[in-house]
Amino acid sequence: MLDILFYVFSAVTLIAALLMVLSPNAVNGAMCMIVSFVGTAAMFVLLEAYFLAILQVLVYAGAVMVLFLFIIMLLDVDKGECGFLKDKLTLASSFVGFALIAVLVCSAFAGANHLPEPGLMPVLENPTGSGAGIPFTTSSKSFGYSLFTKYMLPFQVTGFLLLAAMIGVIVVSKKTEEGK
Amino acid sequence: MTVGLNAFILVAGLLFAIGFLGVILRKNTLVIYMSLELMLNAVNLALVAFSRYNNTMDGNLFVFFIITVAAAEVAVGLAIIVALFRRRQTVMVDHLNALSR
Repeated sequence: MLDILFYVFSAVTLIAALLMVLSPNAVNGAMCMIVSFVGTAAMFVLLEAYFLAILQVLVYAGAVMVLFLFIIMLLDVDKGECGFLKDKLTLASSFVGFALIAVLVCSAFAGANHLPEPGLMPVLENPTGSGAGIPFTTSSKSFGYSLFTKYMLPFQVTGFLLLAAMIGVIVVSKKTEEGK
Repeated sequence: MTVGLNAFILVAGLLFAIGFLGVILRKNTLVIYMSLELMLNAVNLALVAFSRYNNTMDGNLFVFFIITVAAAEVAVGLAIIVALFRRRQTVMVDHLNALSR
């Protein structure tokens, strides 16, 4: 049952991503992107990372894509780009590059000589406490343990990064006198 | 679930390849930016799969940080695109060639 779900969700994710890349209308592309993100969140659920699945839907499919849609509709940029499928040289070279990566990925991870395949280990429902290596758990409590013990410095740096990004956005989007 | 690690990494790799296709094919800066997000997302999927099959929490924490950084990056990038549009009235990369003239 879960196997069928995996195939369905991976197909939805890949097809939506491809439609996003190939759709000439940027708003349609953003909609396909939301579908792709939700498909990825579903695969996170299959991997039993429930907290990240919720975070993916909230942050990516929610906040980030709403911001994208807002900017796309604000700028109304769809006029200039109907002809990206007409440039034969760019089209051919892009698809050759895509095919090279796809063949590389398929030969490395599918077929006869793929990577070694570890089995799924049973998942703990509850973390046992702090330690050197925290085993994979389904509860979001283990995120708290890790964030405030092993990853304390990255956590602080990320907070500072968010502050820097906020100030940077305000500075960049401020109207200057000589700009207009 | 009998689906192995290789299947998840295969999907993540193909997702990354599609994002790469978008980056080199499209002319619209906003769509290029969305394709970059798609590539980040593919890396997230690979990290979560590795974390689950190796039975450690570290990959999940990395994804947590990647999501945070991606949100900050989107905010700054879209502000830059809006500033660019305000100055040049276009966001197509083939019109933004002032440095090569």
